[in-house]
Amino acid sequence: MANVIIYPTNSLILSDLVKRFGHTPLAMMEKIKEKISTVGVDSPPLNITAEEPKLGLKYAAVEVPAGVRGRMSMIGPMVERSEAGIIVGESPMAFGCMGCARTNELTKYLIRTRDMPVLELAFPKTDEEGQEFVYRIAEFLRSLPQQEEGKE
Amino acid sequence: MAQENKDIITKLVVTSSDSVLPIDAAMRIYESSTEIVIKETCFGTMVTGPSDAVDKVVNEVVSLDKNHIFVKERGFPPGDDRRCRASRGGGSRPGFYFLKEEAMMLPIIGKALDEYERDTPLRKREEKKKLEIKDIQDIIESSL
Repeated sequence: MANVIIYPTNSLILSDLVKRFGHTPLAMMEKIKEKISTVGVDSPPLNITAEEPKLGLKYAAVEVPAGVRGRMSMIGPMVERSEAGIIVGESPMAFGCMGCARTNELTKYLIRTRDMPVLELAFPKTDEEGQEFVYRIAEFLRSLPQQEEGKE
Repeated sequence: MAQENKDIITKLVVTSSDSVLPIDAAMRIYESSTEIVIKETCFGTMVTGPSDAVDKVVNEVVSLDKNHIFVKERGFPPGDDRRCRASRGGGSRPGFYFLKEEAMMLPIIGKALDEYERDTPLRKREEKKKLEIKDIQDIIESSL
């Protein structure tokens, strides 16, 4: 079972497919849950506090906007934990809570530069594209090691 | 308290099935466990509770039509003040647009999963290619 980072990091489809084929999706939702359910000084805790941009300095320079660094403080550790990655580009809906284009670029860059298997494809628009999308993801996930218990 | 919260998870069950309606999935969840709280929304059913109970219920629901029911974890619990639109003055909750876009793709994904399960060979599709310069020249000249 491999830790697979997905991009977009909050994708329903990717998170479901990774889980379906027996791996662990590293998604934003679990980080957010961890963040908001840990009791801290800010109670109820905020998503991003003043501490996060400082932690994000590991991934982005100080002149990079605090929003990017704050987001990277959550996404960066996920990338570091990952053993494989799936990047789905051409997602015009990477909007809203995913809407920071620079964070998205940096996330994709970090995933690509990591020494691990990475699959890149685009969101499907037709049945044929959908078939190729699912088949490629399924084959990719099947090619990853299935049993690596106790690695974490 | 933090330890207590750690085991409470929320999962979002999105149904895109011809045979299982969202209400069928919701009824199955209502029947299955008393430990969990569920909230039906326009984009799917949220299930909150201890992780064991939630996983068990969600697996049961998915087994109704496994290639057409999709699940993802959710960070915020249902009705959380920081996300729930009731306390944010209306409008869609953050993250809804992405979920909606993905929900629109689910029939394609479900169909492809069916085909993958049946070992249907991958259909060849034509790659969109850019026009060659010569072809463009031909088009321009042909209109003269």
